Amino acid sequence: MSFSKEQVNTVAWLARLAIDGDKVEAYAHDLSSIFGFVEQMGGVDTDNVAPLAHPLDQMQRLRPDSVSESDRRDTFQALAPLTEAGLYLVPKVIE
Amino acid sequence: MHTKTLAQLSSGLHRREFSSQELTRAFLERITRFNPEINAYVTVTEEQALAQAQLADQRIAAGLSTALTGIPIAQKDIFCTQGVRTSCGSRMLDNFISPYDATVVERYNQAGAVMLGKLNMDEFAMGSSNETSFYGPVKNPWDTGTVPGGSSGGSAAAISAGLTAAATGTDTGGSIRQPAAFCGITGLKPTYGRVSRYGMIAFASSLDQAGPMAKTAEDCALMLQAMAGFDERDSTSVDHPVPDYAASLNESLEGLKIGLPKEFFGEGLDADIARNIDAAIEEYRKLGATVHEISLPHMHLSVPAYYVVAPAECSSNLARFDGVRYGYRCDNPKDLSDLYTRSRGEGFGAEVKRRILIGTYVLSAGYYDAYYLKAQKIRRLISEDFRQAFQQVDVIMGPTAPSVAFRFGEKGENPLAMYLSDIYTIAVNLAGLPGMSIPVGFSGGLPVGMQILGAHFSEGRLLNVAHRYQQETDWHQKMPGAFA
Repeated sequence: MSFSKEQVNTVAWLARLAIDGDKVEAYAHDLSSIFGFVEQMGGVDTDNVAPLAHPLDQMQRLRPDSVSESDRRDTFQALAPLTEAGLYLVPKVIE
Repeated sequence: MHTKTLAQLSSGLHRREFSSQELTRAFLERITRFNPEINAYVTVTEEQALAQAQLADQRIAAGLSTALTGIPIAQKDIFCTQGVRTSCGSRMLDNFISPYDATVVERYNQAGAVMLGKLNMDEFAMGSSNETSFYGPVKNPWDTGTVPGGSSGGSAAAISAGLTAAATGTDTGGSIRQPAAFCGITGLKPTYGRVSRYGMIAFASSLDQAGPMAKTAEDCALMLQAMAGFDERDSTSVDHPVPDYAASLNESLEGLKIGLPKEFFGEGLDADIARNIDAAIEEYRKLGATVHEISLPHMHLSVPAYYVVAPAECSSNLARFDGVRYGYRCDNPKDLSDLYTRSRGEGFGAEVKRRILIGTYVLSAGYYDAYYLKAQKIRRLISEDFRQAFQQVDVIMGPTAPSVAFRFGEKGENPLAMYLSDIYTIAVNLAGLPGMSIPVGFSGGLPVGMQILGAHFSEGRLLNVAHRYQQETDWHQKMPGAFA
């Protein structure tokens, strides 16, 4: 299938990924060739086949709903670009 | 000392032929001398290593040691190491000092191993040549104009050049096995769920697995013993007993049934590589094994299915890197959207971006069934092929890679060409099976690797099968001349 530049830009927005204008065409080309290759799967009959999400076909293990972690906010926030009063700072969202 | 195996070094330490401090200093000197040429290490933890070595010497003297105590190893830079940069080969995490240790790292620390540093890798584990790292490519010690393989290229190159006794790697589509093959060393990808993924930066959650890389199967057995086991903190960790891997290394291979999938020996396989594999199989016949042709009919669908599943999972896993809480943040963001898009656009390299785009697309509304769900169904067909094969044979063998190490830039223009170099390894991850690569010869002066695959949780048998071969041959003892 052929990927258009518009499609690349749409998907890039969904992924919140900035792509330089002059690189969009190259990405479109690469994605077209990758999806062309992936199309092979379409030719296989999988009507009665259940998807395999976990290689050992296991279920998600659950645990009791009880507090098990300690408060390490200060340690974690020491790694952040910008914090104040225990909050992570980002450019203003609400005008 | 760098030519000795981990097992030999452990023996030497315990017989007090040398100390861990001496051994660690010897490796650190080699790293200073050779790393600029190979670029295997991103971070060298000299002070910490010498401190650990000192403690290790005390433990050995007190008789409180394990096989790994005092042994210098290195960690692929995908494992979180407390207080030490954990970059995942990316600008996105160049400034990330991990606040905690991965379970794998914790277990090695508990065993008393000495960490020399963090090893270079393809960015976020996405690649088969270690050319996508933010820190520059790793060179193959056998010929520095060629790639070491990827994504655990730093790990493989460091072992091959004698810059560490052993290393950890991770394998999502072949990233332990393929670099092991290209660099002439031994690597093992365990069964999915065998080794904890806690603290291991996630690429594709249903495929990723950590494993040992070293000079020999025996060394890998000792490394795996320290790494394997159930971990409550990893919700995909399997509670399956861990056997004594070293204990079964010497079992006889009489009557072992080896399966050779005809799909692995078809047209795409280089004739010289095929010759090396055939010679290795002949050694196994001499050890008493029987050889059977088998078929894995859906094998040709493994690369397409993988390049839907893995990017889908990676797009999800990499959504957390947004410039807000840790990692790279762009300068002067105009607004929140700009913060997200530019932090991610600038922080990630091209291959990572490509895979995020693929993954986002296949998971988006209207395409989920056609791609992701379809790929998961193909995955079940591939897994079924293996299950049926293992009812007829004990292990499966075949080439690890379709070629020997290629030259830098050779696969540059076309990402698909790079993806196809994983053709023999990928299906193993889709099925969650364990697999090893061992060196079985050379082609044009570059190492050739052979894969040994087994049923779920058969690591003990794989190590045994590899070890018996290594007792009869000496490919695993070869080191590149420039570093010997």
